[in-house]
Amino acid sequence: MTTQQTLGPAIRVQGIEKSFKDLNVLRGVDFEVARGSIFALLGSNGAGKTTLVRILSTLLKADAGAATVHGFDVAAMAGDVRESISLTGQFAAVDEVLTGRENLVLVAKLRHLKDPGAIADDLLARFSLTEAGNRRAGTYSGGMRRRLDIAMSLIGNPPIIFLDEPTTGLDPQARIDVWQTVKALAANGTTVLLTTQYLDEAEQLADRIAILHKGTIIRNGTLAELKQLLPPATVEYVEKQPSLEDVFLALVGDTGDESNGAAETSAADRTVAARKEPR
Amino acid sequence: MTTHVLGDTGILTGRSLRHILRSPDTIITTAVTPIALMLLFVYVLGGAINTGSDESYVNYMLPGILLITIASGIAYTAYRLFLDMQGGIFERFQSMPIARSSVLWGHVLTSLVSNLISVAIVIGVALIMGFRTGASVGAWLAVAGILILFTLALTWLAVIAGLSAKTVDGASAFSYPLIFLPFISSAFVPTDSMPGPVAWFAENQPVTSIVNTIRALFAGDPVGSEIWIALAWIVGIFVVAYAFAIAAYRRKIS
Repeated sequence: MTTQQTLGPAIRVQGIEKSFKDLNVLRGVDFEVARGSIFALLGSNGAGKTTLVRILSTLLKADAGAATVHGFDVAAMAGDVRESISLTGQFAAVDEVLTGRENLVLVAKLRHLKDPGAIADDLLARFSLTEAGNRRAGTYSGGMRRRLDIAMSLIGNPPIIFLDEPTTGLDPQARIDVWQTVKALAANGTTVLLTTQYLDEAEQLADRIAILHKGTIIRNGTLAELKQLLPPATVEYVEKQPSLEDVFLALVGDTGDESNGAAETSAADRTVAARKEPR
Repeated sequence: MTTHVLGDTGILTGRSLRHILRSPDTIITTAVTPIALMLLFVYVLGGAINTGSDESYVNYMLPGILLITIASGIAYTAYRLFLDMQGGIFERFQSMPIARSSVLWGHVLTSLVSNLISVAIVIGVALIMGFRTGASVGAWLAVAGILILFTLALTWLAVIAGLSAKTVDGASAFSYPLIFLPFISSAFVPTDSMPGPVAWFAENQPVTSIVNTIRALFAGDPVGSEIWIALAWIVGIFVVAYAFAIAAYRRKIS
């Protein structure tokens, strides 16, 4: 590994522009991501989130502007950037013909790590895939495939991880599993940049949230800062009906270790203070 | 990072070879069509074909059959490359600190291995059908060398198709003209039995010189200058296909 620890933000993006033919996807994007934080890029479909992630992970070159990842310029020092990152794209990047374990061993070998087999077994255990480890990844469910995909991204402990819409298409339980993984990563000092179109996902996970709209960042701040952009909330008491997600999770039971509050308390007759924005 | 080219290529070749082991039908289907053609030509049509030599017909047509085997086998390389790009695994490799060319070379070497296995199966069937050769070890090595170069050249053509195709069908359709080319050559009938313009085309396209060279090597005849024409064709196709494939790859990953 040639990466050395560098000071400054984990990711710095300045004036990035990108167009495809006459379609301006990114028109001057600026933001910084602090080390060890979770940064969410929020935007609807077509906002340019994936294009930005592809530029930051050296898959695509920007037309203008500059970006550094882990202190390395993405255009000039792409090789060093690749040593410092891992990308989990929108579509689970697993080899469907290989087994789960073989997928992990493959990535460990390509990262030139010692004892790929032990690394693979460890990750299979961490992501509850040990039993499925010797089955072809093509037979996995969407949630298992996504877990395997994220596990492959953790090999070699890259300091920065890009997650492009990590929970799109997952069932609620699998989504909570992914959230726990992301929180655990940040707790260990990994910088996470994730894109999402789910507002609650950004709210749950991110230290900072940037809203990407029509190719530029229109707002960037903590959740509290973003909430202050609207007139102060009035407090009203409303009976909280259980959401279908609460019902689903309560019925299927097991939701993992930390986040099963919704399932354990009887959600039906709770009354909580809910924020309601004045119209 | 260039120091990893060989290691990374080895790892990625191992990966796609495993794909072949798990779906051996790709090797078998590659071998089935040439074997069927061989049966058709030897036992149905061959009796009516006058090759102008006293060799057995299976000896006469085997070189052309081997080229057809390779031309149909490389379509799987385009197919596998296309599937890699469609799923996310190609982008995962590109975002990792590995030698970028090794992603292509892994597929190319896999193509070489699987095609050589298919070729060996076809030669095995030909031996059962009465193919005999008195070729020396040196001649066998020369045949192997020509077939390996031919596979590499066509595989890089397949890489272009795999990288630039928009659909799975498009990724493999490019091989049909290649499979057809041996029929308009000296592979099955002598070119002098064809009408003028067709004979001219047959004599001046790559397959004829390659087929004649391999046929001479198997028969233990002197190969003459034909081997140089054959090698020039193969190396020429190799160089041009390689250059276009790398250019297509650059466009893809930049």
